[in-house]
Amino acid sequence: MVYSQDLVRIVIPLSRPSKGSAGKTGTWRIFTPRIDYKKCTNCFMCWLYCPDEAIEETREGCPEIDYEFCKGCGICAEICPAKAITMERGDK
Amino acid sequence: MMAGQKSLSEQKGEWMVLTGNHATSHAARLARAQVIPSYPITPQTTIVELISELIADGQMDARMIRVESEHSAMAAAIGASSVGARVFTASASHGILLMHEMLHWAAGARTPIGMAVVNRAIGPPWNIHVDHQDAISQRDTGWMTVFVSSNQEALDSMLVMYKVAENAEVLLPFMVCLDAFVLSHTYMPVRLPAQEEVDDFLPPYHPPHYKMDPQEPITFSPIVRPNGPYQEMRWSVDQSMLKALSLFEEFSEEYRDRFGSGHDHGGAVHEYNLDDAEYAIVTAGTLASEAEVAGDQMRARGERVGLLKIRLYRPFPVERVRKALEDKVGVVAIDRSISFGFSGPIAEDVKAALYGSNGSPPVVGYVTGLGGRDITAEDIMAMALDGVSKIGTGETRDMVTWHKLRG
Repeated sequence: MVYSQDLVRIVIPLSRPSKGSAGKTGTWRIFTPRIDYKKCTNCFMCWLYCPDEAIEETREGCPEIDYEFCKGCGICAEICPAKAITMERGDK
Repeated sequence: MMAGQKSLSEQKGEWMVLTGNHATSHAARLARAQVIPSYPITPQTTIVELISELIADGQMDARMIRVESEHSAMAAAIGASSVGARVFTASASHGILLMHEMLHWAAGARTPIGMAVVNRAIGPPWNIHVDHQDAISQRDTGWMTVFVSSNQEALDSMLVMYKVAENAEVLLPFMVCLDAFVLSHTYMPVRLPAQEEVDDFLPPYHPPHYKMDPQEPITFSPIVRPNGPYQEMRWSVDQSMLKALSLFEEFSEEYRDRFGSGHDHGGAVHEYNLDDAEYAIVTAGTLASEAEVAGDQMRARGERVGLLKIRLYRPFPVERVRKALEDKVGVVAIDRSISFGFSGPIAEDVKAALYGSNGSPPVVGYVTGLGGRDITAEDIMAMALDGVSKIGTGETRDMVTWHKLRG
């Protein structure tokens, strides 16, 4: 929120990029993506397509899903060229 | 001429014979508008047509964005204004109805966009002629709204309103409304102030608080919860509107002092023969210039009638309306639009302003001239005489009287 120093206060709601500003959206999940690292080729298409930036790169150079924020939309499973991601019913 | 005002001949600038639309295009040029998102619609199209020519000829340093709809035009305008550009667009009728969602957004996002609205009827049935329903239907969007009665007034109001809109305490968009064809396609002599004089009056726009900048990413107007700053943000728009009311008066005076009495159209209201009048006609747009003629004719017949023209419709000049009308015997308000099931919108506002004022003269409201039906001075005189008669006999309970309905 911004207030000007003038007589009339101008209120402009603003937010800066930050992690999880809408809360822990992982609790919204009905299906949970699982990566089968035996099949994963580390192409990072899942990372590229994830609309919530809930896939990160591990120190080992593999994609890893952040289940605190993954909403379970399934786009990663749909896009994975190696069919290495499956959607399992349930939020855990 | 008042002391301290320069005569027109003493000044720079030039005279041109222009349609209302082309006067508006030149206003955008003189304001140095930088981005013009536009979508054509009759009777506005010639405004942006001339602007595209001015850009192509190098007379205007601006970027024209051709979009696929008016909704997109306003969305592009909001984006351009958010990075700090001075933005102009123009539309009419169904065009501004399609913009409606984005009009709310432009005001709440504090983007001081300038728009010319060429007032045209709304379908069905299709009709391209003058009617104020399009602008009136945007009443609660947070847009400052000016109605004009001449091509000169269209140009001058545009420049004054940019200065109001971009003020650090206002930051709201505005529309200058000119009547379809009666002004938009009618040629009149218009005096264009010189560019350097306009530059002195209207310096470049720099967003005073925040602007959109890739170097410093910010989400503007994200979701807020009930205890977030939503109500405060709406309150702040209302505060800015009230500030704009006084700034419009101040900057209209400054504009007149700089450019001369030929650029004096009044402030938020324009009064004509009102001081000693018993009865007042209240209206807006070109009906008001016709009402001056009607008032003169009635004066010649011994009726003490004056005119109060509403120039600034939002923010509504409540105190000036009260001051001008509270000592009158009666008021005749004429609208070129209708709030179905209730009243003419200007009549309704005048009544609301007078209620609880020092004096509350009876107000008789008329709705007429819809869809371009021609309203002459004789029509206005007929309404005024009918209103005077109703006030005389106390028959003022009807919320609206329709004038010139065909059988």
